[in-house]
Amino acid sequence: MNYSVIRYILFRVLEFAALFMTLPLLVGLIYGESSAFYFLYVMAGCLAVSLVGRRFKPKNQVFYAREGFVTVSLSWILLSLVGALPFYLSGEFPTYTDALFETISGLTTTGATVLTDVEGLSRCIQFWRCFTHWIGGMGVLVLILAVLPLSGSYNMHLMRAESPGPSVGKLVPKIKNTAMILYGIYLAITLIEITALMFAGLNLYEASTLTFSTVGTGGFGLLNTSIGSYSMTVQTIFIIFMLLCGINFQVFYLLLIKRPKEAFGSEELRYYLGIVLAASLLIAVNVRGFFASGWEAFHHSMFQVASVITTTGFATLDYNVWPEFSRTILFLLTLLGACAGSTGGGFKVSRLIVLLRSVKNEIFSVIHPRSIKKLHMDGHIVEDGVIKSIQVYTMIYVMILLGSFVLISLNEFDFVTNITAVATTFNNVGPGFNMVGPAGNYAAFSVFSKLVLMFDMLAGRLELLPMMVLLSPRTWRR
Amino acid sequence: MQIIIVGCGNVGSTIVEKLSKEGHNITVIDVKSDAVKNTTINYDVMGITGNGASYSTQRDAGIEDADLMIAVTGSDELNLLCCLIAKKAGGCHTIARVRNPVYSREINFIKEELGLSMVINPEDAAAMEIARVLKFPSAIKIDTFAKGRIELVKYRVEEGSFLCDKALKDVSAGMKCDVLVCMVEREENVYIPDGNFILRAKDEISVVGSVKNSIQFFKKLGVPTMRAKSAFIVGGGETAYYLAKQLISIGVSVKIVERNKERCEELSELLPQAMLIYGDGTDRDLLMEEGLPKAESFVALTNFDEENIMLSLFVKSISKAKLITKVHRIAYDEIIGGLELGTVIYPKYITAESIVKHVRALQNSIGSNIETLYRMSNDRVEALEFIVKEDSPVVGIPLQELRLKPNMLLCSINHKGNIITPGGQSKIAVGDTVVIVTTITGLHDIKDILKP
Repeated sequence: MNYSVIRYILFRVLEFAALFMTLPLLVGLIYGESSAFYFLYVMAGCLAVSLVGRRFKPKNQVFYAREGFVTVSLSWILLSLVGALPFYLSGEFPTYTDALFETISGLTTTGATVLTDVEGLSRCIQFWRCFTHWIGGMGVLVLILAVLPLSGSYNMHLMRAESPGPSVGKLVPKIKNTAMILYGIYLAITLIEITALMFAGLNLYEASTLTFSTVGTGGFGLLNTSIGSYSMTVQTIFIIFMLLCGINFQVFYLLLIKRPKEAFGSEELRYYLGIVLAASLLIAVNVRGFFASGWEAFHHSMFQVASVITTTGFATLDYNVWPEFSRTILFLLTLLGACAGSTGGGFKVSRLIVLLRSVKNEIFSVIHPRSIKKLHMDGHIVEDGVIKSIQVYTMIYVMILLGSFVLISLNEFDFVTNITAVATTFNNVGPGFNMVGPAGNYAAFSVFSKLVLMFDMLAGRLELLPMMVLLSPRTWRR
Repeated sequence: MQIIIVGCGNVGSTIVEKLSKEGHNITVIDVKSDAVKNTTINYDVMGITGNGASYSTQRDAGIEDADLMIAVTGSDELNLLCCLIAKKAGGCHTIARVRNPVYSREINFIKEELGLSMVINPEDAAAMEIARVLKFPSAIKIDTFAKGRIELVKYRVEEGSFLCDKALKDVSAGMKCDVLVCMVEREENVYIPDGNFILRAKDEISVVGSVKNSIQFFKKLGVPTMRAKSAFIVGGGETAYYLAKQLISIGVSVKIVERNKERCEELSELLPQAMLIYGDGTDRDLLMEEGLPKAESFVALTNFDEENIMLSLFVKSISKAKLITKVHRIAYDEIIGGLELGTVIYPKYITAESIVKHVRALQNSIGSNIETLYRMSNDRVEALEFIVKEDSPVVGIPLQELRLKPNMLLCSINHKGNIITPGGQSKIAVGDTVVIVTTITGLHDIKDILKP
């Protein structure tokens, strides 16, 4: 294990944490809030520590996959610990655990909150809450790769460990340029949404905070009713941008370089849009009785579907009271998640496609034992190694899900609350059902349960393996 | 530059390594997905699995925007086809590896007609390097500049030599030879020496100067300068063919041991003057019977690196022959260096060097400034030959007034065919070629030698 490089990158992460905090600081200063100073203190602390730490240059550049995984997990933990400080110091969160839960929930773009009253927060704290979604959406190490001249071969290992999806493809030969393109697209979508929301009547503060929550597919809102109090137009804008950010960013890149045929040919994209449409229609029919018109029912069911499948977690109403069929579909979408290479979390549509096809192939090979059939996706063959790793991923996914479920059940809440609390944090959605439904929150959970859920959020955002590698004793053995 | 490399084999991945170090945007193509995976894990490049000669694969790799296509798969025909399609599809520069002697005889025709920028033949290049060393066996390695007029000779200082424990300025005063010691390798370290540098035994020094002067230098040192009169070659591959052909043309008697009968017969047809021995080159009795102990030079060219190294070690123990060992694949350069095998030839590095040189020249908008490039001592040192163009800031200024970067040595000036070892008063003129030895790698233009 090359500790010196890991340490070096961690100090760079601190610098970026300080950089990120300039925005909430500005917001606080503009609105004249005293909480703003806590950002200043934390920034000063981060910069001081990293200035000292930067003096120790890495001794050698040896960097393998193991270091990549460990660096990524540690970076996220460090960023969470530091990001929680302003929350805690400002006194607006009762304990450091709560502040940390909120930060991890923000960075992992989960959007689960421990607060009962979101509206009572000061504006700079609210801004920071939403901005963590934006930071976590594309990933902080991708940003570091984009702007810092990290030489050596270790950038691929970092990228692979942080990016969502079963196989990490580069857009262009160099990691640095790939990362820059990704952040460029991300920034462009952000700016377009802010503009759109401002045209729809929101002010700059509301528009920008809610945009951070949407494009990061996070789900922190400004009001206790989440998105319910905004106009239909604003809600429609959210539907569009949530769905956009659930799409693999490679699709946008292909459109940019004018290869629309390949962009729209992506099977994952088709499945994703198909699932959204089908689920919206089914739920709309199921909840027709709750609304005045069929169109309204479709609008709300589509919003909830988009919100859950992209793992955002906004809500226009308390869908906890919807019929069981609709709730079940939403729960399944919670588990599924968005496309690989998007800012969304969850299991990923592409993994589902590969799994379903491998099941189909397996059945086929039982019927024709001597047949040889390769698994295709997007016109390419999916290698056996990739299939195997997806199957293992599924296994780990189920194990963590069930393990956390057992640990959470110590709280003596009802079954639905427990399983959806785990599923929704693990898949970075946010709201579940019953106690943790769109109108509820996580305040009532014990400290231990919160720690378990924090782990689930990080594991889910980093696609399981980095956190597992970090916890595995073998990693640390010489 | 956007570069596409087809074939991630031994040579391909070496080229990827060197070019990605120079900061190019590289996409690799190979039919074997494992090879692609390995390359993309180790280097910051994009990988595509597929047939490099297929247009759609090339398009996936971005042939439209590519500046250069390098085809180094195992098959000459495939390489040529890759380049042909790339040329039509993207209008980029193309480099193909072509090693079959049948094609290499008409290579100029092929190059012209297919519009190739460059053709590389690692076997031929390796054979040339071996032949150069055999002309002067006391050297470990000989690189040439200015179309062979300037030589860079690497030589190992023997115990008790005149050079031992002498400062370099005393050496040049004592020898009165117009040559320059431009690089010294001592154990793990490499130095660009100045006049006060003191040489020790076992140092590997690199001497640069005109051919005549360097021969004189070694004559005065008492080092034998006669070329080897006979060569004992084990392994009858393409390199052996190219080497034997060159050696025979300068009158060296050649003996080749090859274990494949058909190949023996084929070589015998191609090289009537060479003696072909059909047998296993690792068979000790056979080697002794064929007079190995009396051979003046021994060249191990089998396809197995381990065999080559073993054979050379064996020959080292029984005779004083000049040893030349081909190592193609093994990456443990330090170990091989420590075995004191004499000259070790790495065809893949020779290939990579010539491609890097070509790429750097392509990068220069004013056209090719780098004439020659050699990388030495594990890529830590580069020896380059530049052509000086009119607008260059080094023209007409006495060298002592030029503000050179540190660790930069101007070794030789070729002024209209006159080879000058420069002093403080020397001036560079337009049209000269200059040889620079430096530890600062990645120079593109002669002006890069100056402090900014």
